Amino acid sequence: MILLPCAWCGPRDATEFQHAGEVVARPDPATATASQWRGYLYLRANPCGWTTETWYHRMGCRRYIRVERHTETNEVRAVYPGKAAG
Amino acid sequence: MNGTGGRTGAGAVPMRLSPQPGEVIDRTRKLSFTWNGREFPAFEGDTIASALAATGERVFSRSMKYHRPRGLLTGSFHDPGCMVQVGDEPNVRGAHRLVADGMAVTSQNTWPSLRFDAKAANRFAGRFLTAGFYYKTFMRPQALWPAYEAVLRRFVNGGSVSPGTPHDRPEKRHAHPDVLVAGGGPAGMAAAVAAARAGASVLLVEEEHGLGGHLRWGGEADLAALDELAGQVAAEAGIEVLTNAVVLGRYDSNWIAVLDRGPGAAGAAAERLVKARAKTLVVAPGLIERPYVIDGNDLPGVMLSTAVRRLINLYAVKPGERAVVLSANTDGDAAVADLKRAGVEVARVEDARLGGDVAAVRGRARVRAVELGDGTTIGCDLLVTAVGWTAPTALLNACGDRPAYLPRAARFFPDAARLPEDVLVTGGIAGDGRLDELTEHGSATGAEAARRAARIARARMLAAPTRALPGDDPAGEPDPARIPELPVYPHPELFAGRTHGFVDFSEDVSSKDLEAAVAEGYASAELAKRFTTATMGPVQGKLETVNTVAVVARATGSSIAETGTTTWRPPYAPVTLGALAGQAFEPVRYSPMQPWHEAHGAVPLIAGAWIRPDGYGDPAAEARNVRENVGIIDVTPIGKLDLRGPDIPRLLNLLYVNKWSKLEIGRVRYGVMCAEDGVVLDDGVTGRLGDEHYLMSTTSSGAATVWEWAENWLQTEHPDWRVHVTPVTTAYASINVAGPKSRQLIERVIEGVDLSNEAFPYMHVRTGTIAGVAASVLWRIGFTGELSYELHVPAGYGLHVWEALLTAGADLGVAAFGVEAQRILRLEKGHFIVGQDTDGLTKGYSAGLEWAIKLDKDDFAGKPELAWQLAQGIGARLVGLQPLDPAVVPEEASLIVDGGKIAGRITSSRMSPALRRAICLAQVDAHLAQPGTVVTVRLPNGRLIPARVTSQHAHVDPDGGRMRV
Repeated sequence: MILLPCAWCGPRDATEFQHAGEVVARPDPATATASQWRGYLYLRANPCGWTTETWYHRMGCRRYIRVERHTETNEVRAVYPGKAAG
Repeated sequence: MNGTGGRTGAGAVPMRLSPQPGEVIDRTRKLSFTWNGREFPAFEGDTIASALAATGERVFSRSMKYHRPRGLLTGSFHDPGCMVQVGDEPNVRGAHRLVADGMAVTSQNTWPSLRFDAKAANRFAGRFLTAGFYYKTFMRPQALWPAYEAVLRRFVNGGSVSPGTPHDRPEKRHAHPDVLVAGGGPAGMAAAVAAARAGASVLLVEEEHGLGGHLRWGGEADLAALDELAGQVAAEAGIEVLTNAVVLGRYDSNWIAVLDRGPGAAGAAAERLVKARAKTLVVAPGLIERPYVIDGNDLPGVMLSTAVRRLINLYAVKPGERAVVLSANTDGDAAVADLKRAGVEVARVEDARLGGDVAAVRGRARVRAVELGDGTTIGCDLLVTAVGWTAPTALLNACGDRPAYLPRAARFFPDAARLPEDVLVTGGIAGDGRLDELTEHGSATGAEAARRAARIARARMLAAPTRALPGDDPAGEPDPARIPELPVYPHPELFAGRTHGFVDFSEDVSSKDLEAAVAEGYASAELAKRFTTATMGPVQGKLETVNTVAVVARATGSSIAETGTTTWRPPYAPVTLGALAGQAFEPVRYSPMQPWHEAHGAVPLIAGAWIRPDGYGDPAAEARNVRENVGIIDVTPIGKLDLRGPDIPRLLNLLYVNKWSKLEIGRVRYGVMCAEDGVVLDDGVTGRLGDEHYLMSTTSSGAATVWEWAENWLQTEHPDWRVHVTPVTTAYASINVAGPKSRQLIERVIEGVDLSNEAFPYMHVRTGTIAGVAASVLWRIGFTGELSYELHVPAGYGLHVWEALLTAGADLGVAAFGVEAQRILRLEKGHFIVGQDTDGLTKGYSAGLEWAIKLDKDDFAGKPELAWQLAQGIGARLVGLQPLDPAVVPEEASLIVDGGKIAGRITSSRMSPALRRAICLAQVDAHLAQPGTVVTVRLPNGRLIPARVTSQHAHVDPDGGRMRV
């Protein structure tokens, strides 16, 4: 199963993590249209290829990490530094 | 030296040979077991099949559909004719399971006996039982299905399962070898040794009971080589050997499932799963011999060359008296030599390399004669075939490989270019060659596997920015090992002969069935497989797939390469559900007051992982006591988060819909959180204990969710905010003291806090010493609607404080109340419960939160959605409801109907002890939400009752005066 590069704990099994989803930018709540806001809530690129996503190390250090994963091969690359430690 | 033919009395072993150099049986240890009720002898090391074969038994089972007698074909784990029942364990592989003293073995699904199986009458119905017959028969009339089922069930193959079998749940094991070698034949052993010598930790997994692969039943030179290799393996401390174990599947990043079957005579209950995370995987499964598809190829007495060599050399058993051999390779030739040595009369050797062939096998319950390619018939009781090898590529397919068929070698080969960095292949599956060439290849592969494993380890360490490896020098890496290429020997293509025979022995699928499938339009390997069920039996295609593909190819006029194979999927070998499940871990959470609850007859309530007291016998009385005197309830599961830092107000303003910038020290405020879609997420009170110190409470089911929610915001959106969040849900025991006399009660146990209403008003928080416990927190809040205090004391003292309250308040009428009583009390006060009165679609304005949602705040979670909800006026409304008939308490989730359509539902419903009438909360469509509206409630039994919308959610004390005294 997928090995995720936790920034604090090193490579750990994906079962220790909770998948927190594809990274999407939060629109400015003051100016976003309903369409933009719902895109942020519900629409994802879901590519066949590299995607950037967040995982939460629930059964570990409880930090959010950001990785790049290839959705076809499940190859994973760490993204450091990032907004999330990533 | 050898016994006479035929079966004599029990105990006679006419087919047992004198000691063989490579035999695995221990003749000094005599065992005895029963087969279909009769006692049989064995030696330790015998399999069930070898022990039976030694006595002359030839028939071990009946086939699935036609109930044809079946005997020993491959002599390995995957022998389809040797599935037997051992005690209460069905589907035991009789040619692999070692005999244990006293074992009770029976044949499966044979009636009345193995010899005279009445269901063999099926063979006369053969025309009607061709492949796929169940798609066309036994369908109409539909009313007769139960009858068809009852009859067909009697003909289903398989053993019997006993409901009384204990459910053993073995622990799973985790392993982290640098190199995992799948296959313990000569190449696998050499690879393991080389990897270990290069410094890697190695897990060597072998399906048979001992290492050595085909060397075990080989000649003198093979046995000597086996001895040498086994010694090398034993000498390496870094190699762990698992025999009677098999790799079930390989997943991302070499996450490999290994099934450890335990000692050879152990039953299925000894199976245990080993989850291995290997850095590199070496696949060395060797080759599996393939049967020949001709008429009569399933008769007892038809055996593969490896089967007879195993019988003779491992178990010292004579396979028959008079044999015909069809040989297409050197293993067939070696089998001929072994047969002669064992005293079997070899009547004829047909050499397929010179054009020889066998057309059909004759006999009813056993081989009687063989019809050769040239038409002559030879009487015999044994046909040995050596027509070719199948590469067991399943594990490689799982790694992303697409093996290619090589016609001149008549088998599939791995495509090295498609294998990932961390998977290597060696041994017979990779190519042919002399023994020394194969072991040299294995050694080079093992060394390379170790080198790559070290490289992977280094790369993973370096990937973590928090680690620095001192002294790391990539230039110091060893050079890649040069792995020599293995030769590939030519082999005649022999799959299906000139007559129709069985392709899948487990499923009773013949080449005729496959051709019929193709004729019906199921002309691909995948479709023909599914229509006929070929390769879908217990052998999972290991013996059948290539023959199936060859027959389909011939029928469609294409080549094997063009036809391709079916998709291999894990598990590679059978595994019990018990091994997959392992032990069940169900953590349970109790508060520190649990012993008191249990001792006082608490009815347990399962709330997530918590066990809570639902009540102590009479929830209505408990509720009344709270309104009249004082009650205490254990609310330890409510979520508590300790917040520290200067930016806490920014966090609170973001998470809650209301305003938090100006909460003074000592004040408590109620807040509601919405998610980014505006849906109500959680609610609770938060109090300010100090300048940069707050305590947040959440619902008990939301304790973890809210913490993770807060952490998500802080870590991913606002890492610059200086806030630390620490969950303290289980660090504090929490007790809610509620009722008009609650102040009096607290006064008796507290120090350091002025409890007067002027000094400590409603919605304030203080810290003090409670029942001698310092650093206790108490705040005045009002979930139950009475004067109440919620105490949070360090958990270790929870029971002490609980008991102190009960003792101190005895004359005040203090009594414990449970969750059910609290539900009644809060419903009387109209307090909604997130997840009960709201659901996954309830946005803020649908929960009566107009007063709380501050749209003039800059930003908070869900603000845009809430603004749009307000502007559009959409969504249901949460209202209080009272059935006009006070005695009718509608079930929760009863629908509210309007003009034949669903217009809402009852979300909470109880009989109110204070008002002595039914009270409810409900979600209703907006047009029905005006106070005074009479709606129609549809009870689950269909009855319709009227109910009136109340002006407020609170049914009792709507102005809330009782909380503020």
